[in-house]
Amino acid sequence: MHELSIAMSIVEVAAQEAAKYEAKTVGVHLQLGALAGVEKDALLSAWQLARVQTQLADAELIIEEIPATAFCNDCGCEREVVSPQLFHCATCGSPLTDLIRGRELEIFALEVDS
Amino acid sequence: MTMQTRLVEVRQLVLKHNDTVARALRARFQEAGVCVVSLVSSPGSGKTALLEATLRGLRTEFRVAALVGDLATENDAQRLARAEVPVRQITTGTVCHLEANMVEKALAGWSLPDLDFLFIENVGNLVCPATFDLGERLRLVLFSVTEGEDKPLKYPTIFHTADIAMITKIDLAEAVEFDRSAAHQSIQQVRPGMPILEVSSKRGDGMENWLALLRVLRS
Repeated sequence: MHELSIAMSIVEVAAQEAAKYEAKTVGVHLQLGALAGVEKDALLSAWQLARVQTQLADAELIIEEIPATAFCNDCGCEREVVSPQLFHCATCGSPLTDLIRGRELEIFALEVDS
Repeated sequence: MTMQTRLVEVRQLVLKHNDTVARALRARFQEAGVCVVSLVSSPGSGKTALLEATLRGLRTEFRVAALVGDLATENDAQRLARAEVPVRQITTGTVCHLEANMVEKALAGWSLPDLDFLFIENVGNLVCPATFDLGERLRLVLFSVTEGEDKPLKYPTIFHTADIAMITKIDLAEAVEFDRSAAHQSIQQVRPGMPILEVSSKRGDGMENWLALLRVLRS
């Protein structure tokens, strides 16, 4: 269970960014890849604890889940994989190797009051 | 005037601190010419046994050292010290994985250019270590024949961060009716093309292949 330390890192990084705006932060938008190794629900629970008594005490965590994709040689383009348990092209079924997306753990935007 | 909410783009990696330290470590390792290999697995898969056999197998040809992570106790470091190479324990307290800054701190006082290989044994855990880069050159994920052939399907993420899979305790395969082809299939399903080694650290099966791979990596 490392979601609490991840949540605390989100608070830290987001607070540094938020300090650039003289406004209250009400939301943190996060992109979370299917293969980032972080559970969405556990992270949301951890967020409730991590934000207490910080600049982000009133900020919600909004998570956008990013599916895993890889380059499919048979299709000749980027394709979604069937699942983390079956790393095959969801379109043609070929085994895939080169992960393109799916490891994201990135704050991409803040919602601030103005 | 009413309060309005606006969205500002940020684009910051949550683990940028760990990533920055890991990148710096990787550059240091490369500059020093030390080949760094990390080991991840669940508790009891045989990381320490493999490491002990590996250190013994390499120590006459190469200058080797190891860092071992555990929540508590120095037992693993003491066990590995029998291989008569420099070993340091990283005790993480309640933290379930190693982070790059723990590795950086544990290296204090060691002269990296004086090493050929550095092994890093992570805390026994197939979940949390997946998220943290340690600056290693090669990551090995182990699972033993006693754990079940479907381990990779249960923990796909860690298999995606590792370079090589190793099935350990192969000497017990028959006793536990280990289904070798099912295990290989599970690995190939989550990570098509992943190289697989089968080893018994105790009896020595497969150790030559593993050591040969390390020699190639170093050269």
